[in-house]
Amino acid sequence: MAGIDIEGLATVYPNGVRAVDGLDLHVADGEFFALLGPSGCGKTTLLRTIAGLEAASEGTVRIDSVDVTRVEPGKRGVAMVFQDYALFPHMNVSENITYPLKVRRVAAATRSEVASHTAGELSLQGLLERKPAQLSGGQQQRVALARAIASKGKVLLLDEPLSNLDARLRLEARTFLKKLQRDLGITTVFVTHDQAEALALADRIAVMDSGKLRQLGSPREVFARPTNTFVANFIGSTPMNLLPGKVAASSGVEGAPRPTDTTSSQNGSAASSAAVGLVSVAGGSLPAATFSTPVGAEVTVGIRPEYLTVASGDVTGPALRGIVVVAENLGTQSLVTVDCDGTLVGVTVPEETEPAPGTAVALTAPATRVLLYDHDSGELLARQPAPVA
Amino acid sequence: MSTRSLPPTPAYVLRRIGFYVLICAITLFFAVPMLWIASAPFDASPGLGVHWPDWTLENFRKTLEHPYAMHSMVNSLLICVTTAVAVTAFAALASYALSRVRIPGRDALLYGLLLLSSVVTGTAAMVPIFVMMFQLGLIDSRFGVALVMTGGLLPAAIFILKDFVDAVPKSYEESARVFGASTGQILRDVVLPVARPGLATIMVWAFVNSWGNFLVPFLLIRSIDKQPGAVLMQTLTDEGGSVNLQVLPVFSLLFSIPVVVLYLLVNSRYGFRFHGGIKS
Ligand SMILES: Nc1ncnc2c1ncn2[C@@H]1O[C@H](COP(=O)(O)OP(=O)(O)O)[C@@H](O)[C@H]1O
Ligand SMILES: [Mg+2]
Repeated sequence: MAGIDIEGLATVYPNGVRAVDGLDLHVADGEFFALLGPSGCGKTTLLRTIAGLEAASEGTVRIDSVDVTRVEPGKRGVAMVFQDYALFPHMNVSENITYPLKVRRVAAATRSEVASHTAGELSLQGLLERKPAQLSGGQQQRVALARAIASKGKVLLLDEPLSNLDARLRLEARTFLKKLQRDLGITTVFVTHDQAEALALADRIAVMDSGKLRQLGSPREVFARPTNTFVANFIGSTPMNLLPGKVAASSGVEGAPRPTDTTSSQNGSAASSAAVGLVSVAGGSLPAATFSTPVGAEVTVGIRPEYLTVASGDVTGPALRGIVVVAENLGTQSLVTVDCDGTLVGVTVPEETEPAPGTAVALTAPATRVLLYDHDSGELLARQPAPVA
Repeated sequence: MSTRSLPPTPAYVLRRIGFYVLICAITLFFAVPMLWIASAPFDASPGLGVHWPDWTLENFRKTLEHPYAMHSMVNSLLICVTTAVAVTAFAALASYALSRVRIPGRDALLYGLLLLSSVVTGTAAMVPIFVMMFQLGLIDSRFGVALVMTGGLLPAAIFILKDFVDAVPKSYEESARVFGASTGQILRDVVLPVARPGLATIMVWAFVNSWGNFLVPFLLIRSIDKQPGAVLMQTLTDEGGSVNLQVLPVFSLLFSIPVVVLYLLVNSRYGFRFHGGIKS
């Protein structure tokens, strides 16, 4: 019911900055939707335009199928949590939570009922009499959430809800937020510049850059198949390897290698025996799904460190060969950097299995995990539908 | 400390002694008028010197009976309360608008105002102001005096208050707006309470400034029964024309009370916070 439809939306600031630049989006009812992008890409502006705090220069915003593009913020049925929480310093927690009701002249008795009920939901019992300045960061964040929830908007907008919390608290608040959203089932759009946060929380992610939408998809899609090198670079806690390469064969290469000692990846089985293409990259080659790009074309080969496998034994078939340069401990796994014919390639391996620097290794990858991007535009090259076997 | 300090040299001791004597002399210089105000009102034979008083309340009775003394206090209150309220109200509206609305040349406007304000109530503008007030028929009017003082204090008040309003995060208002609050509700529920320390500061500052203002009422008010304390004080002479030393000390003491009380009140509630300067 209360979905958000955005069509051709542009928001231009008086100084001429097109902070949101022709955006089409649909947020489904009850969805937990993330707006992700680097700082300054227009996420906050988009959120504020949905809320009505910035006027749309072009396009339309529909909430619950009602065109609200020219509607006052207070009449759109949205609730918003600002990045600084915007708790009123002179009101106590209870007054803050029920301010949206006070505005609508709800009776004081009902208000205090709502305050204690909402406070219970957000573990704020016993804090109702405190002023915001007497609360910890996490408590302030929950008061801001409580106030937004108490306003009973159809849509919840959160601007960087976790960025003001320290690292440990952030994880806790993340879990809390996801559970709360699930329990309430309220359509929620949240802004973040932290890809891990977006991947962890959202049902779907919109990756933005310079006011434009670069990719829209589930966390899994955005992580596994970034549709352009911008998203590929941005998503993932270890950066994706983006290597210059050349198409060596479009299809028909039989039998991509099966790693002899399997380590990190379990995703290889499906692709290993199918007919695949081949790209030469970093002095070696990797299998890739069949595609229409002509042989010899320059491409950018994208492969996540997590999808590469270190094979210490002999490998037949396409692989990258190189010398281990350095291994960085990431906790349960290590990021190993391998020098393949002058190109540095990152690969993650489980803890305690790091090859020593100087070791010669071969890197293999399943064809489905090797992504090819247009050398110039950086767009993902379309795969051809796999021939039916 | 591992090394014991050497015994001080005689030259050093002499320098310290000289220093403290100087400090004492300066302190005394400023303390004497205070001591006079504290002691002379209670002295049976007040003079211009400071001495232990010969306790009496006779001077207070004399002052209360003085035909104009207490009346001038009422005039002072009337003028200063009007000025303080008007300055605060106008400055609040102006500074809110200046802080929240983008006006080209806003900072230049503010600095210009500030620069001119020292002229407006200053001696330089007294003749034109007198002429203007004369044509408006506001000569010999307490309201006219309050009006001129308001005009003089407003620029600086706007300048200071704009800083307070700038410090109120915009997100407070926006948050209230998203929850459906009207402009009036936002001002009443959010902006005014958050800016209250600033408003209180400005109100006291305007009151104190107009309380001590001598020149404006001296020029604009003719009748002695409309004169505020600041002007009356110089006319507190006895029949012979010499200073009335029975009324003057008491009057001075009473005259200083409102200012002190106001400072203490606001300071205890909010603490004084002046920032000054323009942020953009
Ligand atoms: N009030 C404003 N006036 C002019 N430009 C602005 C304003 N707010 C933001 N911008 C510009 O718009 C762009 C997007 O800003 P913003 O939406 O805050 O980005 P994000 O939230 O993704 O970091 C930035 O280039 C920023 O400088
Ligand atoms: Mg932002």
